[in-house]
Amino acid sequence: MSSVAIDSSPGAVKPAARGRWMRSEEARGLAMISPTLLYALALLLVPVTLVVAYSFWTQNYLEIDRSFTLENYRQALTEPIYRDLFIRSLWISLATSAITVGFSYPVAWFISFHGGAHRNLWLFLVTIPCWTSYLLRVMSWKVILGYGGVLNTGLMSAGLIDQPITSLLYNANAVVITLVHSWAAFAILPIYVSLQKIDRSLIEAARDLGDGPMRAFLRVTLPLSMPGVVSAFLIVMIPTVGDYVTPKLVGGKDGVMIATAIQAQFGKGANWPLGAALSVTTMVLVSLVAAAVVLALRLVVRRIR
Amino acid sequence: MLLHRLRLLPFLPVYVAVYFLFLYLPILLLPVFSFNDAATTTLPLAGFTTKWYASLWGNTVLLQAARNSLIVGVCVSLISTILGICAARAITRYRFRGQRPATGLIMASLFLPEIIVAVSLLMIVLQMGLELSLVTVILGQVVFCIPYSMSVLVSGFEGFDRSLEEASYDLGETAIGTFRRVTLPVVAPAIVSSLLVTFTISLDEFILAFFLSGTEPTLPVYIWGQLRFAAKLPGVLALGSLMILASVLLLTAAEVMRRRAERRTQATPAP
Repeated sequence: MSSVAIDSSPGAVKPAARGRWMRSEEARGLAMISPTLLYALALLLVPVTLVVAYSFWTQNYLEIDRSFTLENYRQALTEPIYRDLFIRSLWISLATSAITVGFSYPVAWFISFHGGAHRNLWLFLVTIPCWTSYLLRVMSWKVILGYGGVLNTGLMSAGLIDQPITSLLYNANAVVITLVHSWAAFAILPIYVSLQKIDRSLIEAARDLGDGPMRAFLRVTLPLSMPGVVSAFLIVMIPTVGDYVTPKLVGGKDGVMIATAIQAQFGKGANWPLGAALSVTTMVLVSLVAAAVVLALRLVVRRIR
Repeated sequence: MLLHRLRLLPFLPVYVAVYFLFLYLPILLLPVFSFNDAATTTLPLAGFTTKWYASLWGNTVLLQAARNSLIVGVCVSLISTILGICAARAITRYRFRGQRPATGLIMASLFLPEIIVAVSLLMIVLQMGLELSLVTVILGQVVFCIPYSMSVLVSGFEGFDRSLEEASYDLGETAIGTFRRVTLPVVAPAIVSSLLVTFTISLDEFILAFFLSGTEPTLPVYIWGQLRFAAKLPGVLALGSLMILASVLLLTAAEVMRRRAERRTQATPAP
């Protein structure tokens, strides 16, 4: 398809045919991207649209009743079990992204300002753990935090504790620790990119004009790196809200999140419309919270300035 | 004296060291315990053994799962890299209306909770009356891998000097011939890097495989099934260590390739 389009190009170079050339450039670009775009349409946009459609339908045993209803949303938003799961999922993803961004910022700053010639190597070392199997990483935290796990038996054989600490595993804290570990690189990379873009002479100027290192950081570096912080926040927060493996393996009863409820509706529960409504509600809620956080971050930075 | 020395320690490098320890410790623990001569993961270590690795070899279910993972990984990396090449080329070479929304849609799976992508794919597959199989896993994982292959390829294509291709057209080469003889040699490392990265993602991907694999488990789905049995843990640790080793090797190769791609596009003479 593209070969036909390109073969016609020699005639298009003439300035008189400039309009046509523009059009053919556009046509060629569209032709080139169309396989990928069609794939994404068919296997991402259409399925997600179907989920939204289902959320307004009703399950009648094995049949689907396609008349419009908000009943699924009423259930999703008012039933205490789902409300609790939503609140906990949002809370866990918010805490995870705040902690991940907070702990990762200094590392990104260090690599950007003191990484020297080996910056790329540093970044590569940061990303390696995050590329290894996510399931295995979660399993490893279970091994570390468990009752008879590495941390407990290690501390006991070192004589620091007499009895295993039971509060390490199977709660929301274990979920947050594991998620922070999983998403570290996803926070470092965008922050690093925005730090790299900062013109270093601006910071020098602030120092020359009498700002101390801390003030120069707060008034120049931090505000200018805000786009990176915001995207790091979003890239961690949005996926973690729907995490399935971590709560299942290390969350226990107090760490259950909304993904477990969604999965149940497509498995044992077999109520697709309710599962769809829970999915859509999750997406909407996390977008709202993320938007609020972004606004709040912007306000705080404006204040500091 | 000690306190004095502590204060001299530069705070930031120490913090970075602790951070890296936090990143790497969990991953290094799996190999450590996979060689430990005990069925539980307790300290102190009990002694060295390779029996957990030996036990993997005779396990036919596991070998079948490994075969499934290999098939899925090869297909996913090929398809998503081909689709990634199309998209990356369109974005770096042409300007057209709708470029931003198109890119946004292709990249969208990065910004959606994975469970929602999985559930929506499950719905559409069952709705269309298809059977869950390795094919559905491949279809799903490609959606998830395209953003990664695209970003690797876009950075590989970006520095590419357009005038080389134009020269080739002017000298009478066809579009396909130009791609094969001019473009491909320059962007080949980026393509290899994309193949390796997407293969690694597919090898490690769990959620989509869990929802879409039906009765043919991939390695992560197999591991998930084994986690319920405490007695199976050492075997899983051995298998996990092998998978981590494979990931690290593949990613190192991908990184080497990516750097070569960067150097190649930068080495192209300026117009």
